[in-house]
Amino acid sequence: MIDGVSFPRIIGMLVFTVALSALAAVFDDWPRYSRIPDGMAVLKFSFTHGSDRSSLCKRRSREELQKLPPNKRVPLDCPRERPPVVTELEVNGEQLFFKSLPPSGIAKDGPSRLYERFLVPAGDHTITARMRDTPREEGFDYESTRRVTLVPGQNLSIDFRHETGGFVMN
Amino acid sequence: MEAVISSLRSGLRRIFESAEGLLDKIFGPKLNPFGQLGAIGYFLYWIVAASGIYLFAVYDTGLENTYESIEWYTYDHWYHAGVMRSLHRYASDLMVVMMLVHLAREFALDRYRGVRWFSWFTGIPVIWMVYISGITGYWLIWDKLAQYVAVTSTELLDWLPIFGEPIARNYLSGGVLSSRFFTLLIFLHVAVPLILLFIMWVHIQRISRPKVNPPRLLAGVIVVGLVIVSLWQPALSQGPADLTQEPSPVGLDWFYLPLYPLADSNPGLVWLFLAVATLLIGLMPWLPPLKKPKPAAVDLAHCNGCGRCVDDCPYEALILAPRSDDLPYSHEVAVNASKCVSCGICMGACPSSTPFRRTAELATGIDIPDLPLTEVRGRVQEVAETLTGAPRVLVIACTHSAGARHDGAVLALPCVAMAPPPLIDYVLSRDLADGVVVAGCAERSCHNRLGVDWTKQRIAGERDPYLRKRVPRERLLTVWASPTEGRVFRRELADFVDRLKALPADDGSGTRMPPAPSSAGAAEEKAL
Ligand code: HEM
Ligand code: SF4
Ligand code: SF4
Repeated sequence: MIDGVSFPRIIGMLVFTVALSALAAVFDDWPRYSRIPDGMAVLKFSFTHGSDRSSLCKRRSREELQKLPPNKRVPLDCPRERPPVVTELEVNGEQLFFKSLPPSGIAKDGPSRLYERFLVPAGDHTITARMRDTPREEGFDYESTRRVTLVPGQNLSIDFRHETGGFVMN
Repeated sequence: MEAVISSLRSGLRRIFESAEGLLDKIFGPKLNPFGQLGAIGYFLYWIVAASGIYLFAVYDTGLENTYESIEWYTYDHWYHAGVMRSLHRYASDLMVVMMLVHLAREFALDRYRGVRWFSWFTGIPVIWMVYISGITGYWLIWDKLAQYVAVTSTELLDWLPIFGEPIARNYLSGGVLSSRFFTLLIFLHVAVPLILLFIMWVHIQRISRPKVNPPRLLAGVIVVGLVIVSLWQPALSQGPADLTQEPSPVGLDWFYLPLYPLADSNPGLVWLFLAVATLLIGLMPWLPPLKKPKPAAVDLAHCNGCGRCVDDCPYEALILAPRSDDLPYSHEVAVNASKCVSCGICMGACPSSTPFRRTAELATGIDIPDLPLTEVRGRVQEVAETLTGAPRVLVIACTHSAGARHDGAVLALPCVAMAPPPLIDYVLSRDLADGVVVAGCAERSCHNRLGVDWTKQRIAGERDPYLRKRVPRERLLTVWASPTEGRVFRRELADFVDRLKALPADDGSGTRMPPAPSSAGAAEEKAL
């Protein structure tokens, strides 16, 4: 007897508590869950990058400069707003993704941002990433191509580093 | 809407009662876990907190060594740190179970509307904090599950337009993983549980004598049970995180992460679900609102400020205040109408609540305007008149109990503890019946929390006001049974009737009093 409760009853309580805790132990890693189907690999295409607005600057003429107050007489008239960053991802010559990414921020002067996941079958692939960060209409400013052999479940990230001058895949 | 909710409630109630009846057989009515889910929740919290503090002492908070340090204590120190880790995890899982069952039960028993909205409403941030605590915990192990939780959680958060830079970029590849972010998580996993504890404390601020500790034996059984499972099925990691590899398949903790698969495919839907669920649960107390009965009312002429009602109120609706009239007492009672559920327990506790007075209008210190003492006495007399045959049994039942469904002579009250003990004395001594049944809720689930306890203690002479010794206990039966436990009620009633039949007929020995003359009535008042 403990606190007026008989031992058989305590054993019964213990059996119940063990059963309940065992259920907790079972369902805390079973059934297993697959985020991606068998035999697939993941491409994560993500970067944050601000486009270059310098080519949108206009040189002010002498008359224009005269009209400005003296402390604002800067020869270049640059817009606040950044143009969108245009980006493309190609796998084995086929376009997987193409998007014009608007600049962030209320004043539209922040970097453009991207975070996308793509499923591709494991195996050999040729991956090409391209990006345009200037206001031109055609073509790209950066391009990088790599041949990769993806094992099932591999996670290949495709990032962009302005400092190192291009895309980084690893 | 109203009909749907109320049928949902009664359906759920039936399920609970059969489950509770089953656990009554294993645990007995006093230790039934259903009767103390909140207290068990608190206890599990303490287990999680204690094991968590222990683990922090052996855990390496640097990102690179985290996984290794956990592996090391799980395997090399399985007999203490490993057990602590399993306790930490399994007690957290049971906390989710406890919380959801507790929520469903308060709903099923209709204890979430009216004045009780406060406990219900403050339960909502509790749910959020429990989940955030658990999710940040899984993040810290930095195994494959942690990696999965990290990526999916950040992708889920990124869906909301609050962060500039997508925070999921923290987990793009091994090279960029920032340990600053990891430090933030460790901080969150300590801070959020502390906030949780604070809200758990707020949660019980509007009820008096909240049960926050389970009985010792039950607590012991829970600890031993958890330790057995921790040794038998220890909690393990799922291989080190590797950001170049998808953590798939992964073993999910389905208590904490049931929405994660949905978050992978449709984060917007997860947020919609969370928003709608939170809003709906938040609105529940007003869908529809409980029709609020009039709160208890004080009659200062009959209140001497003894404080018994204040002691007995389960909802902290009463306080003693300095006397405001010129009666020679130091205190008087005051009602906080916004907390009063009109259970009548205070009326049953007041020494002035005696039906023996001869006045047509009975007054007492504190009364329930919708069912005042006068009317209670009137109804007792009416019900007694319908009694025929022998023995005549009168049932005083709580409306939430099995007794109220009895189709014999029943006086139904909002709570059994609303019946002042002298009322029982009155019925038997005035020979209004041969036996009295006091029928309340099952012990594990008193609708008004403390009504069953107070009634038992008053009858046993352990709590003011006592049921007087002269009341023949063989003519009194107490039954604690929920509406679905009608069988229990009928069985006990039948046995009681048999016992009454076997009693000698009124032998005039003095245990049963003749109708009291007026002077006896006055004496009665003084005695109380
Ligand atoms: C870890 C989670 C929780 C803990 C530890 C906890 C604990 C408690 C405790 C100790 C009580 C007092 C019980 C008593 O003495 O009668 C209580 C009452 C209550 N709880 Fe919780 N609770 C939790 C979550 C929730 C949630 C999620 C809800 C609903 C949204 C909820 C709704 C209620 C209600 C309505 C009452 C009042 C019952 C009454 O007035 O009779 N609780 N809780
Ligand atoms: S009726 Fe119930 S809740 Fe209201 S004051 Fe009396 S005991 Fe408290
Ligand atoms: S129990 Fe009655 S007499 Fe005592 S404080 Fe309450 S109302 Fe007043």
